[in-house]
Amino acid sequence: MRAATSDLPLTLVEAGIVAGDVTILDRITLTITAGPPTILIGPNGSGKTTLLRAAMGLVSLSSGRITWGDRDAEAPAKTAITFQRPIMLRRTVAANLRYALAAANFPRAKREERTTELLTLVGLDGLDDRPARRLSGGEQQRLALARALARNPAVLFLDEPTASLDPYTTKAIEDLVRLVSARSVKVVMSTHDIGEAKRLAGDIVLLHRGRLIENTPAKEFFANPQTEEARKFIAGELLV
Amino acid sequence: MASDGSALHLVLTADPALFAIVRLSLLVSISAVLFAAMIGVPAGALLALTRFPGREVLIVILNALMGLPPVVVGLAIFLLLSRSGPLGSWGLLFTPQAMVIAQTVLVAPIIAALTRQTIEDLWVEYRDELAAMNVGPARRVMTLIWDARFSLVTALLAGFGRAAAEVGAIIIVGGNIAGFTRTMTTAIALETSKGDLPLAIGLGIVLIFIVVLINALAWGMRRVGERYAG
Repeated sequence: MRAATSDLPLTLVEAGIVAGDVTILDRITLTITAGPPTILIGPNGSGKTTLLRAAMGLVSLSSGRITWGDRDAEAPAKTAITFQRPIMLRRTVAANLRYALAAANFPRAKREERTTELLTLVGLDGLDDRPARRLSGGEQQRLALARALARNPAVLFLDEPTASLDPYTTKAIEDLVRLVSARSVKVVMSTHDIGEAKRLAGDIVLLHRGRLIENTPAKEFFANPQTEEARKFIAGELLV
Repeated sequence: MASDGSALHLVLTADPALFAIVRLSLLVSISAVLFAAMIGVPAGALLALTRFPGREVLIVILNALMGLPPVVVGLAIFLLLSRSGPLGSWGLLFTPQAMVIAQTVLVAPIIAALTRQTIEDLWVEYRDELAAMNVGPARRVMTLIWDARFSLVTALLAGFGRAAAEVGAIIIVGGNIAGFTRTMTTAIALETSKGDLPLAIGLGIVLIFIVVLINALAWGMRRVGERYAG
């Protein structure tokens, strides 16, 4: 893995996405810099997933712009994303990884070795020949993470990677996030689990109904929330 | 071919004439399915993954072509290959090759339409992951066809079923010539009209057995493949 480069900061300027009459992202201005994980929090439908997809270049903005390293540009090659419900290719675990490495133009001669390294990293060693679709939800998330890491990303977007997982598997994923982050990969991750946000975040982005409510360092956010929405979310009240 | 034996006797004694008919039937139908797959799979995948004006109309037409009447296809191929037709100089009328062409025309739309649906469904599922991995168009098509391979076997089986059961087209372009273009279905039609029911029934038994056997083999391959590859 390589250190985050001049592709950061990632900046959204008045970024808006509208589908028909529905505003999914409402003119969001946000800067994401290198460092510990940035955690997007907010209830379902707040725009977390759409923001990650837009930053990854998978959906187009209706208005505003996204810049990388202060340049107006498409998402750089060294980005990767995992989805809340990752799709496994109809192949074995190892073949899923080899495919991701091939798509990332990783040298053919070193793919087997790298496949083994990544499977060991995510704790799936020994499952090489298992059909990927037969893995449990947690194992599929870990394979999705390995596939994303096959791209050797400088910025890694994770869309609710621990949703619906048990505490043991959640801890395994969170440990991986810490490990990856410690290797200077910028992690931008969404969750609606306030405990997880506390455990992982360097800084917090709170979204609600497509609007940016707060964007502050995590310690400050939890110690001294500036908005009513943030106070409610931290207190575990329903934010509707 | 012994016309006075019972159906079972003909089958059990491996009547040479009967098995020549079986062999030709399989050769024609399997060849037609292979040619139709070479046309239908890429065409179906292309239609699944591209967007252009008139695409919806093309899909409706393709789906409708799955129900092409064999006799109409036989007539069209007959007119093309007849001496006065545009391809008359090829001299293919009343040959097994003409039968393969006719069955290919019948089967290709079935394989193309089922491939289109299969690939389109898989594309909806894979789209985000492949986009996130920055997979280019050529690799995307190959990935979808490969990962849909077990479902596409069903499309090929549907095509084979159509070809193996078909009589209207091949009787027109093949002529049902004994020992040359006589297949199981054309022979059944002929022998039934002549009143030789034992032979017709014998051929019918073999035809059904072959269709069941090929489907069973394909099903087994699919199950084994899914077990090891997902």
